[in-house]
Amino acid sequence: MQQLSLNARAALLSVLLLISGLVVWEIAIPSQQAVGELTEYEKLSGVGAPRAGVPPPSQVIVKAWEELSDPFYDAGPNDKGIGIQIAYSIYRVLAGYLLAALIAIPLGFLIGMSPLAYKALNPFIQVLRPISPLAWMPLALFIIQDSEASAIFVIFICSIWPMLLNTAFGVAGVRSDWVNVAKTHELGPLKTAFTVILPAAAPTIVTGMRISIGIAWLVIVAAEMLVGGTGIGYYVWNEWNNLDLTSVIFSILMIGIVGMLLDALFGLLQRRVAYVE
Amino acid sequence: MKPFLSIEKLTQRFPDGQGGQLTVFEDATFGVEKGEFVVILGHSGCGKSTIMNILAGLADPTSGVVVMDGQEVKGPSLDRGVVFQNYSLLPWLSTLKNVTFGVAARHPEWTKAQVTEHATKFLGMVGLEGDVIHRKPSQLSGGMRQRVSIARAFANHPKLLLLDEPFGALDALTRGTIQDELLKIWGGTEQTVFMITHDIDEAILLADRILLMTNGPFARVAESVEITIPRPRSRTEIVEHPNYYAIRNHLVQFLGKRSKELAGQQLTGGDTNRPEAVRIDRTTPTDEPEERRLALRAVNT
Repeated sequence: MQQLSLNARAALLSVLLLISGLVVWEIAIPSQQAVGELTEYEKLSGVGAPRAGVPPPSQVIVKAWEELSDPFYDAGPNDKGIGIQIAYSIYRVLAGYLLAALIAIPLGFLIGMSPLAYKALNPFIQVLRPISPLAWMPLALFIIQDSEASAIFVIFICSIWPMLLNTAFGVAGVRSDWVNVAKTHELGPLKTAFTVILPAAAPTIVTGMRISIGIAWLVIVAAEMLVGGTGIGYYVWNEWNNLDLTSVIFSILMIGIVGMLLDALFGLLQRRVAYVE
Repeated sequence: MKPFLSIEKLTQRFPDGQGGQLTVFEDATFGVEKGEFVVILGHSGCGKSTIMNILAGLADPTSGVVVMDGQEVKGPSLDRGVVFQNYSLLPWLSTLKNVTFGVAARHPEWTKAQVTEHATKFLGMVGLEGDVIHRKPSQLSGGMRQRVSIARAFANHPKLLLLDEPFGALDALTRGTIQDELLKIWGGTEQTVFMITHDIDEAILLADRILLMTNGPFARVAESVEITIPRPRSRTEIVEHPNYYAIRNHLVQFLGKRSKELAGQQLTGGDTNRPEAVRIDRTTPTDEPEERRLALRAVNT
């Protein structure tokens, strides 16, 4: 045990925790009695009818295997593969998110550079920021008249704030020495922005982008439950209506895994732009 | 005739936070000749850094002008290179890239290869060669970082090089080595240098002339002390020179006593604010002809 590295020991412990968790879960689900073993009274009182209960992990694993071995099948509006559902969700998240980045990063730059812009825009930001993105949904549906675009709008509105604030904060915090270096080298405003301020503020900006993508992924599930049609959020809700809890648990797991991958992607980007002073 | 760099009636006032005004210095007037190495000495708060920022074009004076080479200084320019106390290297760029950054800004028409070659040459001149130049500044020691900063400034051949306490953050031994490096790289050029320091010995080693500032507020450049020690100088030899301790004592006396006594004296009439020229020379009898004495003034050898 001693010669194993910390990482190896941690991995071992993780696997152990996973297995014991699954075993406890499996045992905790009472197995349904076979109909033949029931008394007459039990049969009459409906005990033998199949009950919707929380499925044991073994069933979830079987379900996962089925779904993941054919993730992209499409058998009509209410029966699409998990891959297709997740792709819809990712498409919405990225569309809203990229729109938000397109506006938040330049605007954040402006706010960070100009104390006037900061003071003028701050009250609006402070009021708009704490609004739950789903609260915009009715208004968005009414104005946009399109559920697909409304979902994207909700993603847009929830991911804009962390990026906007972090960009402004990062840009405002760029050390004046570095800006002076740009000035004494006669760099123009655009060149200064791209060669000095952007790389200097990049770690803070990317942190904001990472927070935003996390929030966007949280919100898309709820948004799709509301607008329906496609997407992982709709899938969860649809399976709940079908009382297929195995699918519900499986999709919950998938939401977690995709969220983790999105976060890891930005973690990678974060390491690329990081620097030590 | 005006000197190469002429500071005329420079005044800087800041609001003191209570509705009044704080005058840092008033009507400061002095000049720097081409190729001269001038060091300004004074206590903290006397406005040395403010003068430096005005010369760099990073700050505007309340009144007065700075004229360099016949042109008024307005805003920062590549003609005035700055070495900041805290190195001011861009931490996300490698050492080499930090220098090419400056070279490319100075010579936009050069090819990438030319820029890299020029930058590598100047890094070599401050003793940075090989793998080191591809490291990030955070992987370098303080002394090495300041060398990079010096290389960046010299590589651009500015008309005026401003050094803002460049060795202030270094330990004494490292400081000594880099002072030698600076003397070496400066010796090969006609570079005009204006430098701020707290360190008297450093000032004597490097300077042709030392400007002494009184304490603030209402600080002024009170004296201009010529360093009558021939070049090339080395730290071990100059202490043997008969003028060394005479000059040093004068500077210590000024900073220790007279900078306080002279502080806050508001003079009327700006022209009288020109620093008093002081020349201390124990090597020649005073009755010798003027030419003989001038020959000892070693500017730039």
